[in-house]
Amino acid sequence: MSAITREDVAHLARLARIAMTDDELDALAAQLDVILGAVARVQEVAAADIPPTSHSLDLANVFRPDEPVPSLGAALAVAAAPAAEHDRFRVPRILDEEA
Amino acid sequence: MTIATPPYDDVLDRYDPVLGLETHVELGTVTKLFCGCSTVFGAEPNTQVCPVCLGLPGSLPVTNGTAIDYTVRIGLALHCRIAEWCRFARKNYFYPDMPKNYQVSQYDEPLCIDGYLDVDVDGDEFRIEIERVHLEEDTGKSMHVGGSTGRIHGATHSLVDYNRAGIPLVEIVTKPIAGTGHRAAAVAKAYVTELRDLLRGLGVSDVRMEQGSLRCDVNVSLMPKGATAYGTRSETKNVNSLRSVERAVRYEVERQGARLDGGERVVQETRHFHEDSGTTSPGRSKEEAQDYRYFPEPDLVPLAPAPDWVAQLEASLPEPPSVARRRFATEHGFSDLELTQMTNAGVVDLVRETIAAGAAPGKARGWWLGYLVGRANDAGVEAASLAITPAQIARVGALEDDGTLTNKLARQVVEAVLAGEGEPDAVIEAHGWKVAGEDELVAAVDAAIAASPDIAAKVRDGNQGALGPLVGAVMKATGGSADAKRARELLLERLAGG
Repeated sequence: MSAITREDVAHLARLARIAMTDDELDALAAQLDVILGAVARVQEVAAADIPPTSHSLDLANVFRPDEPVPSLGAALAVAAAPAAEHDRFRVPRILDEEA
Repeated sequence: MTIATPPYDDVLDRYDPVLGLETHVELGTVTKLFCGCSTVFGAEPNTQVCPVCLGLPGSLPVTNGTAIDYTVRIGLALHCRIAEWCRFARKNYFYPDMPKNYQVSQYDEPLCIDGYLDVDVDGDEFRIEIERVHLEEDTGKSMHVGGSTGRIHGATHSLVDYNRAGIPLVEIVTKPIAGTGHRAAAVAKAYVTELRDLLRGLGVSDVRMEQGSLRCDVNVSLMPKGATAYGTRSETKNVNSLRSVERAVRYEVERQGARLDGGERVVQETRHFHEDSGTTSPGRSKEEAQDYRYFPEPDLVPLAPAPDWVAQLEASLPEPPSVARRRFATEHGFSDLELTQMTNAGVVDLVRETIAAGAAPGKARGWWLGYLVGRANDAGVEAASLAITPAQIARVGALEDDGTLTNKLARQVVEAVLAGEGEPDAVIEAHGWKVAGEDELVAAVDAAIAASPDIAAKVRDGNQGALGPLVGAVMKATGGSADAKRARELLLERLAGG
């Protein structure tokens, strides 16, 4: 059973803004299908009485007090950015998506 | 050829509007939702960021307990059911306003579900049903460089400040609001106003719309009168004043009405509101942008509010604003009409604070409702945004009461305070504004009579209507600082005596 189609990969690549060649789409569709198939085997052992897990630890309500801790500072914050200007992260022109 | 846009009321004679309001509220926590960075507004760019809110590799978020506390309080105040167990979800999208390529939000498991808020519109109560209240992190702020007006269009690149990224943001979503008829715009405004007052009362946010800590997405659709299937809606994003909420609804009703009249479809789309013109324009189309591929946030453990803790929070809620307003009116002897007028004008809190600062209730109400609301309307802002405080109004009121200022002078003082000239006393001192003393007044009265013997004669002959020019002369001679009523009395006195 093939779960991941070439179109699925193309769609995900577009959402992730990753350019892909036709060969890459074919190759990834096959590979992702195998990966998904492997993970899907978990479903075979999960009985109806086992609730889905979203975290590796069986914990809830882990909270932090609302107390400030020092931030990085602007210079350090933007130090690793590919581009910065006036202590702001500089990014390429954004598509016309917002005012 | 463009079809003339039919006026709002005309459209609503033929179509039924359906509204939906999504309100975003920045919580007033000291730190961000998942890290200890400060949330203070207006800091230098990127000075309130850390590896967690920058999404640097290896960092892990930990939830701010106070943000959960505040969100549950909001849910309870809106009569919601509080989820016994829920999770955060990742909303995946590629846009540089979040450095992680996703926003931590809540998806199919919101913290608060199914509530309502009753709002009063000119004496009629509307129940606004609440669909959900959920918690998410706010995004960073982009500045677009190279375009003519700082907007995206024509920009060469953008500069991003992540100080706001990660500040806890509560989203309050209504169910579709139908049955408002012509009052759609008023109901929308009344809802956001009531919600703002409720949030302020809870102390969970500073609810400053002009700073973006409360902003609203306004959904509007129209269906032919009597129809039951809702029409296609538009979503106007980030409307950030109460007045704009009302204007955005009005504009969308008129715009959609014109399209439907012309046999065209309304396109489901995001639109932007323009404060200057009161219009909306299309933004991004929803097609692909909506594929957010939500999944449960694996870096955070679930939330499971304990029922006894929730009950404790519920018991500690303050009185709702509608009850507080009613009590305030009774306390100070305001009539229902006066209360409605003050509520509609958004000045209840301002009047309350002015009274608390020492003003008589009638005087406080008079200044805000009778004068300052008009000034705010002229400036296109809320009365609360005017550059004058309740304490300053109370001081001006006191100076009127003790005769230091005439009503006219008091307005001049208020104008000067609004213009940024300082405290009322300093303004009076600087301008030398004082009510003319009795001696000065008597001298001006005598001079006025001497200068116009013919008018004086008419008044002496019993024609009191002729007095006007003499009063005017006195006011002119005293530079407007005379008490006109006293000037009148003195004129009559002197004319009768002489």
